[in-house]
Amino acid sequence: MVEFTLPKNSVVGAGKTWPKPEGAKRLTEFRIYRWNPDDGANPTIDTYYVDRDDCGPMVLDALLYIKNKIDPTLTMRRSCREGICGSCSMNIDGENTLACTKAIDDVKAPVKINPLPHMPVVKDLVPDLTVFYAQHASIEPWLHTESPEPEKEWLQSPEDRVKLDGLYECILCACCSTSCPSYWWNGERYLGPAALLQACRWLVDSRDEATGERLDFLDDPFRLYRCHTILNCARACPKGLNPAKAIADIKNMLIDRQA
Amino acid sequence: MAKPSPSPLEQRRPLSPHLQIYKWSPTMTASIAHRFTGAALYAGTLLLAFYLFAAAGDARSFHFASALFSSWLGQLVLLGYTFVLMLHVMGGLRHAIWDAGKGFEPKARDRLSLGSFAGAAVLTALLWIVSFVIR
Repeated sequence: MVEFTLPKNSVVGAGKTWPKPEGAKRLTEFRIYRWNPDDGANPTIDTYYVDRDDCGPMVLDALLYIKNKIDPTLTMRRSCREGICGSCSMNIDGENTLACTKAIDDVKAPVKINPLPHMPVVKDLVPDLTVFYAQHASIEPWLHTESPEPEKEWLQSPEDRVKLDGLYECILCACCSTSCPSYWWNGERYLGPAALLQACRWLVDSRDEATGERLDFLDDPFRLYRCHTILNCARACPKGLNPAKAIADIKNMLIDRQA
Repeated sequence: MAKPSPSPLEQRRPLSPHLQIYKWSPTMTASIAHRFTGAALYAGTLLLAFYLFAAAGDARSFHFASALFSSWLGQLVLLGYTFVLMLHVMGGLRHAIWDAGKGFEPKARDRLSLGSFAGAAVLTALLWIVSFVIR
């Protein structure tokens, strides 16, 4: 449901300013969302100063600098530090992206960091993605076939393989879905850009034989048609994919099917 | 699908900030403008209906409506109504292009969004110039 303001327990208060690292010449200020499930308090914004001469170039480097040298309780997800695992997705300077591929110098200081928007917060920058993953599972992201299994692999022509480009590269970081106001207001019923991009990926796969059933599942006022082409998804995607285009393509597949 | 009942911790979890922090983009602005203009046009249609009823009435009612719309406030409201209508028309065109699966590239989508504001401004100006010329 559309609710523009935050619930009472989610209103963000002023937080702590952590001491500047001693002897640092180049400092950058970071304002980071904090919430601790154990103290019963509301979320706050803490201020940290990062010594840029002692820190890598990316926002993730700064977060790890803070965790290692200033405040070990700061919590975030991260793994590959090269934009392929999708773990360190968060809202940096008002836009969803991966902390590991976002350069600190590309953001105007102070660097404001929040968890992915409109999600239940587990701790600090870690959102609960249970529903997001369930939505991805609901589109059955695997090959459906009826034909007898071939002796070796399911063959695909190079031309048909090219159709998957721009779709298969999704790393499920949730930057797109959580950037979408439509997903904010109807996140339990609207599948969101990430799940729909994957739905499109299986619809256009020449080897898949469940196109009809897949379209039946999507032909729903909420699951698919809550996309109002706000296009925050395409802007947010750190892999440069275009979920909005994929959703438009699905809508057109449904129209073509009626004809 | 049956869900296990949420633990107290899951109920305590705050909702992360959304509208409060998200950076506005041309496409986001154009989208909400389309919705707002759509809503505003209901009020605009009432104005039109009022004018038509007045015109269908006697000379006195027509002159009353006419005077109301010719006042500076009336003209300002009409100017606003024209812009809102034109912006909604441009939004409709933009949606038609996107519904056809075109114009999703980074430059195209921003140009379409900002262009609908510029287009609405130009069309409004043109309409008003024409209306003054043929008066």
